[in-house]
Amino acid sequence: MAVLDILTYPDDRLRQVSEPVERFDAALQARIDDLEETRLAGPGAVGIAAPQVGWFQRVLIIDVSGRRKTKSHGHLILVNPEITEWDGFAIGREGCLSVPDYTGNVVRAERIKLDALDRDGNALHFDMEGFEARAVQHEMDHLDGLLFLDRLVSRRQDLFRRKVYK
Amino acid sequence: MSNWYMLTLVGKDQPGIVARVTTALFEAGSNLGETSMIRLGDSFTIMMMARSEAGDEALREVLQPVVDALGLVLHIDAIDGRLHHRPIPDVCILVHGADRAGIVSQVTTRAAQAGLNILDLESDVGGTESEPIYILQIEGVATQGVEAIEEALAPLQAEGVKVDVRAIETLIG
Repeated sequence: MAVLDILTYPDDRLRQVSEPVERFDAALQARIDDLEETRLAGPGAVGIAAPQVGWFQRVLIIDVSGRRKTKSHGHLILVNPEITEWDGFAIGREGCLSVPDYTGNVVRAERIKLDALDRDGNALHFDMEGFEARAVQHEMDHLDGLLFLDRLVSRRQDLFRRKVYK
Repeated sequence: MSNWYMLTLVGKDQPGIVARVTTALFEAGSNLGETSMIRLGDSFTIMMMARSEAGDEALREVLQPVVDALGLVLHIDAIDGRLHHRPIPDVCILVHGADRAGIVSQVTTRAAQAGLNILDLESDVGGTESEPIYILQIEGVATQGVEAIEEALAPLQAEGVKVDVRAIETLIG
């Protein structure tokens, strides 16, 4: 296990589109363990995506179970995740391990249906909402070379516009 | 010596203020930090961090032609700079109601006593001239927790002011 270096914006590698995982071997398990150790070493991150450590495969980890009053499926390792349905929109504040010292407002779907594989390649299906759904969308953006900076909306609007987009 | 300055520029709003001020600074080799630029009433106001190796007198000289041409007031203070140490706000407060004197004072005094450190405050007067409404939005750090601020501001509701205190949940991923 090792804590890996986090790529930080404007590193061009964060723009890279990651490839699906095809082999669920020991090397994958070791890399997932390193990714989790790196997440835990960071400042309170509820998620991390493989490209943030320069690993360009479609793997992410999220765990929002530490937050009060937050619906959650616990600690999740998601391989090749796909969102199959989106519903509702909400503005929320986000920051990123790869973008130090800045937080901003981002619009995300409020509820999603998610298909993914676990670390052994078994199929997973989730209905997610709120903070957990936001975390998945934030991390999945990394797999496509996007950052929350690409989706910023005005800070000045959020109080009035919260949850009214449809 | 950090060579950072806080520039304050205020004048009657007109197109091109930001472009001319920032171009003059850029051409003089000055680099901007964080800034706040907003129209208040019919004035345009600029507060900006600018770094300059040349010193405040040189900055003033560079800006003087723009200041004279646009009728701006310029103020320059040397500051420490201190970028990259931004506190993350964890509470936002929305207040609105019929405009009357004392709303900002009452809200911020109570909130300060409950541990609020304001990072960003903006207030607007909307409605009509005969029936103005006041809208106040604050973001800050609740050093004694969000609930302490909620409790401190609750009594204002009885005075006809709508107060909404919300935690800002920042997702770090």
